[in-house]
Amino acid sequence: MSTATDGYYIPHEAKWPIVGSIGLFTTFWGLASWFNGSGLGQFTFFVGMAIMVFMLFGWFSTVVGESQNGTYNGQVDTSFRMCMSWFIFSEVMFFGAFFGALFYVRNYSGPWLGGEGAGGADVTNAVLWSSYDYVWPTDGPADIGGGFQSMGWFGLPLVNTLLLLFSGLTCTIAHHAIKDGDREKMVRWLGATVALGLIFTGVQAYEYYHAYHALDLKLSSGIYGSTFFMLTGFHGFHVCMGAIMLAVVMFRGMKGHFTAENHFAFEAAAWYWHFVDVVWLGLFVFVYIF
Amino acid sequence: MSYADTNEDVHHGDHDHHGPAPGLMRWVTTTNHKDIGTLYLWFSLIMFFIGGAMALVIRAELWMPGIQIVDPMFFNAMTTMHAIVMIFGVVMPAFVGLANWMIPMMLGAPDMALPRLNNWSFWIMPFAFTIMLSTLFMDSGGPAGGWTLYPPLSLQMGDSFAFVIFAIHFLGISSVMGSINIVATIFNMRAPGMKLMQMPMFVWTWLITAFLLIATIPVFAGAVTMLLTDRFFETSFFSAAGGGDPVMYQHIFWFFGHPEVYILILPAFGIISHIIPTFSRKQLFGYDSMVYATASIAFLSFIVWAHHMFTTGMPLAAELFFMFSTMMISVPTGVKVFNWVATMWRGSMTFETPMLFAIGFVIMFTIGGLSGLMLAITPADIQYHDTYFVVAHFHYVLVPGAIYSIMASVYFWIPKWTGNMYDEKLGKIHFWVSTIFVNVLFFPMHFVGLAGMPRRIPDYSLQFADWNMIASIGAFGFGFSQLMFVYIIIKCVRGGEKATGQVWEGARGLEWTIDSPAPYHTFEDSPIITSDTVTR
Repeated sequence: MSTATDGYYIPHEAKWPIVGSIGLFTTFWGLASWFNGSGLGQFTFFVGMAIMVFMLFGWFSTVVGESQNGTYNGQVDTSFRMCMSWFIFSEVMFFGAFFGALFYVRNYSGPWLGGEGAGGADVTNAVLWSSYDYVWPTDGPADIGGGFQSMGWFGLPLVNTLLLLFSGLTCTIAHHAIKDGDREKMVRWLGATVALGLIFTGVQAYEYYHAYHALDLKLSSGIYGSTFFMLTGFHGFHVCMGAIMLAVVMFRGMKGHFTAENHFAFEAAAWYWHFVDVVWLGLFVFVYIF
Repeated sequence: MSYADTNEDVHHGDHDHHGPAPGLMRWVTTTNHKDIGTLYLWFSLIMFFIGGAMALVIRAELWMPGIQIVDPMFFNAMTTMHAIVMIFGVVMPAFVGLANWMIPMMLGAPDMALPRLNNWSFWIMPFAFTIMLSTLFMDSGGPAGGWTLYPPLSLQMGDSFAFVIFAIHFLGISSVMGSINIVATIFNMRAPGMKLMQMPMFVWTWLITAFLLIATIPVFAGAVTMLLTDRFFETSFFSAAGGGDPVMYQHIFWFFGHPEVYILILPAFGIISHIIPTFSRKQLFGYDSMVYATASIAFLSFIVWAHHMFTTGMPLAAELFFMFSTMMISVPTGVKVFNWVATMWRGSMTFETPMLFAIGFVIMFTIGGLSGLMLAITPADIQYHDTYFVVAHFHYVLVPGAIYSIMASVYFWIPKWTGNMYDEKLGKIHFWVSTIFVNVLFFPMHFVGLAGMPRRIPDYSLQFADWNMIASIGAFGFGFSQLMFVYIIIKCVRGGEKATGQVWEGARGLEWTIDSPAPYHTFEDSPIITSDTVTR
């Protein structure tokens, strides 16, 4: 059911949004209860997640079906493109909060805590932690988490950087393939991209294992552990999301979707993948190297 | 020419004209921008009374010195929740509702760019606020550390903490999706030929507001996520013992928080820029400068955040920077006030209810703006900080500011929405009663604030007694006079003198070329815009 207006598709009677609201409500309620130690919380959370997966599958199936039926004209395509670009911008700002926290601690509050600064900035040090010298990486004057070794950049993080950069390359080759109308080549190179993403995630998981068991570096290891795990953790989560998007695009390609002119879903997933890539470069430079 | 005629007569039969679906499911599954706008506006009105009831609990407790009615913990939960409800549950949804109703009609667009997403943006709100308000009924009580959730105090909350954080995430998803939709609509759905500088001011101000939302809501999400992990996963973002810094939370929060307060006022600027020209029967004075002033305010909003933290402590150079950048905001804001006054100058003015609220806005918002300028001065702020002077300041810009603009827009556009004129006499009484009480309520707060009465404390020194009693009288008067607003709206929805398509003699723009009430679908065939078309 629809009203075509100048070709701009206006859907009627959307049923998935309310399912999504119920799903998110259940998820958040479950998560909050779980954190508070309620036995039912975990169960509620997974029920909520199941509803969300069901909703996303249903909603995207509807949209994919409409797209395959030629329901969308170029203007609708532009709306989708704008939507995805601004969504990625909002994600950039989300990471900005965590990068901002890292910069603030390393440039301002860390040195102040170590007794630098004039006009009262050094008071916390003088009154509470006068024996503390600030050196990054730190777990703070109270040695929260109990001492650790920091993560170097050479070795696995460098391998991971190369993996992600290379996956950006394979993604671009896939893009050129679909622009030439070569769907099979697109699927092949997308497969390579997804595989690189999965290897990256695997290496990252190993790195976490190594951090916890060999370096005593934990999420609770003061501000270094907090920023290290939260930044790399959210990044890893986004890698998984991006890999899922690319995999969906790949499976659609195998089913014969996408043409040289019409492959917005591919581009959206590719943009997202490149965004994840750029965030990693920021992490590699500011979390690992410096 | 009338585009409505084009739609109804020439192209009749070209399209199947879907009416709304029957029954209650219409409202659950709707993708129509007018339906969704209506849902947002009713939601906001209901939340206005919930948040208002909380304010009356606060004012009842402050009627006399001493602890009389509620215990201090509940009092603090009321101040916290009153702010959260009024900001995220009243002003923001009301503006989004107005955007939904008006922006497609102002742009000559058939609907919002992403109608399904639009439905979801709304239908998150009731669920998210269910979580938020449910915290008041938990054993540990609601959040009582203030809406800014400063650590370490906020980390000491009971069970409600996690629920509040996730409710904020939930609301944030709605805000970001709604804003993305508005930006896509404005950039992609304008009628063919409409240039950016032909857009109505309401559209311009919303474009910039939506940008601010997309840029800052995720930062807020990041900040509260750090609170969450500090509480439950032993991170040390805001703990000096672990090398973090509680002040850092304030920086991240206010990087969101200051643009947020402009999110609450920029659409109001847009609304006032429609109403004043209409009832002055002149074009808006200085349209271009209005657009640039709005953009300047948005830019400045990103570099002034630490003026909320002058007493928290920061290097002298930072205090100076944030003082001067904050004072700079008064320049583009002054441009706006000047333009509104210049629009009225030698206009053929009449004073229908929307115009009364608009003029009330200009005068009382400016009072709030001037006290804001006082607060911007660092050495003076060290005296004013966390006193009732600050409360007076932001309530002047938010109540006779943002809320008045919303009321003005309801009176201004309700004939277009319902096809009926509201009761003009009652509207005027509503304005005058509200305006008298709102000043009785908030003006004395300047006095007790300058004399040193602190915010967020249920008890106070005897010297503040008289003015507090007067403020409480104003609060109850203002609160109960809003029942009149509800009565006028319901009366107008149910019937009344029929409105024409034009509604107001001086109204300009595409939205006034269609019938009143606006048909369920408008501009299904795009109007062609030339440089001569009156679009603003």
